[in-house]
Amino acid sequence: MTDKPILDDTSRAPVSQRGYVIEKSGMDDAIGGKVTINIDGKDIKIPLGTTILEAARSLGIRIPTLCYHEDLCVAGVCRICVVEVEGQRTLQAACGYPVTAPITVKTHTRRVRQARRHILDLMLSKHYGECYACFRNNNCELQTLAKEYGVDFFRFGHPEKPLYAVDRSSPSVIRDMNKCILCRRCVRTCIDLQEVGVLEGHGRGADVEIQTFMNKPLGEVICINCGQCINRCPTGALRANDPTDEVWAAIDNPDKHVVIQTAPSPRAAIGENFGLEPGTALTFELNTALRRCGFDRVFDTNFSADLTIIEEGTELLLRLYKALVEKDASIALPQFTSCSPGWVKFLEHFYPEYVPNLSSAKSPQQMFGALIKTYYAELNKIDPKDIVTVALMPCSAKKFECNRPEMCDSGYKDVDYGLTTRELAQMISETGIFLPDMPRSDFDDPFGTATGSGVIFGATGGVMEAALRSVYELVSGERIENIFEHADIIPVRGFQGVKYVELTLDKIGPVPDLLKPLVPNWDWLKGATVKLGVAHGTANAKRVMDDIKAGGKFSECHFIEFMACPGGCLGGGGQPIPTSPSIREARAKAIYAEDSVYEIRKSHENPAVLKVYNEFLREGPCGHKSHKLLHTSYIERGKYIS
Amino acid sequence: MSPSHTGELTFSTVKPRVGLQAALDKGRAGIVAEVSGSGLKGRGGAGFPTGVKWNLAAATVADEKFVVCNADEGEPGTFKDRVILNRFADLVFEGMIIAGYAIGAQKGILYLRGEYSYLRKDLEKTLERMRTEGMLGERVLGRDDVSFDIEIFIGSGAYVCGEETALIESLEGQRGEPRNRPPFPVNTGYKGRPTVVNNVETLAWIPSIMARGADWFSSLGTDKSKGLKLFSVSGDVERPGVYEFPWGLTIADLMREVGGENAKAVQVGGASGYIVPARDFERHIAFEDVPTGGAVIVFGPHRDMLQVVSNFMEFFVGESCGQCTPCREGNVKLLEGLRLLEEGRCSTRQMRELCALGETMQQASKCGLGQSSPNAFLSIVKHYGDEIMGRTDVIV
Ligand SMILES: Cc1cc2nc3c(=O)[nH]c(=O)nc-3n(C[C@H](O)[C@H](O)[C@H](O)COP(=O)(O)O)c2cc1C
Ligand code: SF4
Repeated sequence: MTDKPILDDTSRAPVSQRGYVIEKSGMDDAIGGKVTINIDGKDIKIPLGTTILEAARSLGIRIPTLCYHEDLCVAGVCRICVVEVEGQRTLQAACGYPVTAPITVKTHTRRVRQARRHILDLMLSKHYGECYACFRNNNCELQTLAKEYGVDFFRFGHPEKPLYAVDRSSPSVIRDMNKCILCRRCVRTCIDLQEVGVLEGHGRGADVEIQTFMNKPLGEVICINCGQCINRCPTGALRANDPTDEVWAAIDNPDKHVVIQTAPSPRAAIGENFGLEPGTALTFELNTALRRCGFDRVFDTNFSADLTIIEEGTELLLRLYKALVEKDASIALPQFTSCSPGWVKFLEHFYPEYVPNLSSAKSPQQMFGALIKTYYAELNKIDPKDIVTVALMPCSAKKFECNRPEMCDSGYKDVDYGLTTRELAQMISETGIFLPDMPRSDFDDPFGTATGSGVIFGATGGVMEAALRSVYELVSGERIENIFEHADIIPVRGFQGVKYVELTLDKIGPVPDLLKPLVPNWDWLKGATVKLGVAHGTANAKRVMDDIKAGGKFSECHFIEFMACPGGCLGGGGQPIPTSPSIREARAKAIYAEDSVYEIRKSHENPAVLKVYNEFLREGPCGHKSHKLLHTSYIERGKYIS
Repeated sequence: MSPSHTGELTFSTVKPRVGLQAALDKGRAGIVAEVSGSGLKGRGGAGFPTGVKWNLAAATVADEKFVVCNADEGEPGTFKDRVILNRFADLVFEGMIIAGYAIGAQKGILYLRGEYSYLRKDLEKTLERMRTEGMLGERVLGRDDVSFDIEIFIGSGAYVCGEETALIESLEGQRGEPRNRPPFPVNTGYKGRPTVVNNVETLAWIPSIMARGADWFSSLGTDKSKGLKLFSVSGDVERPGVYEFPWGLTIADLMREVGGENAKAVQVGGASGYIVPARDFERHIAFEDVPTGGAVIVFGPHRDMLQVVSNFMEFFVGESCGQCTPCREGNVKLLEGLRLLEEGRCSTRQMRELCALGETMQQASKCGLGQSSPNAFLSIVKHYGDEIMGRTDVIV
């Protein structure tokens, strides 16, 4: 008990919702090192501070959990994980019990089983909803436990009618509090993982409910639509706003030309919805399935990801030119990426004074939509009003993004519907297709198959890596492979919360044709050190933003990639449930594996992109037409809501 | 308000400053040894040995430590802390200074129940006086190595905020919700720093233990419950009020003193305590037999025990912080069971299930509130089965 006091100053969650974090020294046999405990008759030697739950899991002993989540601080509130610790009067929550001395634990005694069954029955006595009419049917942690503990009747009753109206105010996240079991994972996700803090426990005793500020509809508060809470809800209380019916209606309508673009992250994860291990990409199987579902064309969002790199990269070079050469003090630097709509809204609410730093380039989803209803429509002589654009995204915020009033530059709604990975999997299963069995087929022209750079957009650091591959080559005239083997820019990869990288431009080359109208030469960049940052998850984004505000090292950066979701898009709020660090790692592996086999791996070498600049956006990147179609503006929202 | 009590309270016979001076003379280790030796156990209800608590806090290395006096006194049926604060606040504050010196804390906080905020003015005056008299502030009693000051924090009126970790959350400006334990406040308390939380009465006893010594204190009471204890007696008795007795007296003795000889039952320990029926009045009030934080509620022969317990359960349904499942939902189910009993519609089978649920709540709740809220329910089922089962009418 004489360990140093522990205070994780970085967390905003109240301590009641955080476990005891003891630094695990890992040293064998040293004082404060390891300790041997006994669980269900088995001995195990563990680093001091390991919880009973972690120790049991490493022994292969299952202890049920509900409020516990690998990504979140420990709340210890559902109590389903209680176990007997010899010598303790009461049962102990395994998730929140760090071992500091040799103990004997029993995980399934009569006392324990009775308590767990009671706890489940108590939850069910408040949980309104029928399993077969729920999107989490067969993927619900409460349902799984009810089965595991043999719930065959409602010992303490069961609600016969709903108590709460379903909150459908948000374009992204729907809240049905009738299914809420008050595990508070969403609260912890929002305040601790994302540091947004829209949700909180309200009231006391039996009146406790999860509420927004002043119990306002979710659509009216500072929710950033990231959907991370959806991914961590054990039941169906939180779900994405699902446009499946509208998409089916469009497909069924013979007058509509329905096209879908698919982003790389859903393709790397959708297999999980069909029972595959995380980390199996089904990109080309999906193309076939989508055609069988009735989509008229299947496009690769990577095309517009490459386009984004060109536009955003050019914008960066222009900002640098204006700031460094023309000494224009009004230029905002560092430039921030803007392809994550959750991040964009986070910045608009929490750091509105930094709106000028956001790249004006639209996200790949929105660029694609704008081009489909203009360039593609012209090319194929289809009236854009008859085109329905659907986007398969790993993201719930994309639903909000495509509904932003600014996003109608084609003269129509650029993207009509955003589908999440989960929703599309549902559509596919409705058609009787087992996705993993589909034959592989390619994407449709004119956008074709894109580059590896587009693929890695799905992982944190991916936009930065793609931008570096192109910007370095466009400026130096050298191949990136000369400085990074196989064009793998390892320093920006990985799940570290915040990354900082410097790259010195030793050589400069001639200005390539594409950029000739914009800059006379690169002389001003010779020998320059480009400073770059990467952050994923808005909690990390906040760290970086606060550093910038305080004039720290990130304020000297030139370009920073921000993603709202932990892990980047592959950990998006529209991805298959569950999520965990290891699942996200497997998805990242799939994404980098896909990148490495592409023949073309650099955005500026994508022939379809070059073709668009030749045929349609003739003034080149950041030209007049691309400004109209591919760039946008943002709103200084602030935190104050009426 | 007329604080009634029987004669003089023993701890108040020690003059101000005397205990503090004695403590400073003993030195840090000496104080902890004296408190440990006295056998003093916490008077807030849980009965944790005070010396052990102080020793743990003293042994933890930290840049800052705190002493918190728990004056939340939210347990229905207790009012002894109010009387102490009203009349002997300086002794409580002295106890805090001594605790602070012993563990190495320079700051004390009095967490005062919202309903007691009318006491604040006088308490602030006492603090001010102690500052001018050199008992608080820099250089306590002229000692260069001792500085300590006390601040008053007004609670916001939730019973659960009396639970020490919820109290600390509340001090930190959060919802008053109990924390996971471990860590314990002596290690990671207010602002993440080692914090000793003690009840008002616990601290009030400290100066006299310092002045008269551990042996004096430990010679009183029983083997496992040392010293004297204050009781808040209320209900169907002739002379309600605050009483001082040594631990170990029988309930029958107590009833004779307070004029409650014909009581049908006594709830010892407030709403979260157990109901003791008249046939068990020979039991002893002590940690080893019938423990209590001091609340004694007496029920006369005319009382309907079902109503009594319904009353307590309503209290818990409203006062549970609502954080953990067994307590949040369990209390509701127990109350629903009582309603059914009132209407004569609760089957024996259902009753058995609810008793098992009560056990689950005692075992699996996150904090002491849920762990003790079924006590009253379980004790009436045990002792008054005949009285509560088989009713056909609502009894008014
Ligand atoms: C629900 C609940 C309410 C409590 N209320 C009080 C209280 O009002 N006053 C108090 O001194 N202790 C209260 N306690 C006990 C405290 O948690 C803690 O044990 C006590 O303040 C420690 O001081 P002591 O060791 O001097 O008794 C409460 C405990 C629980 C579980
Ligand atoms: S036992 Fe009751 S008061 Fe204590 S944490 Fe659980 S819900 Fe809150």
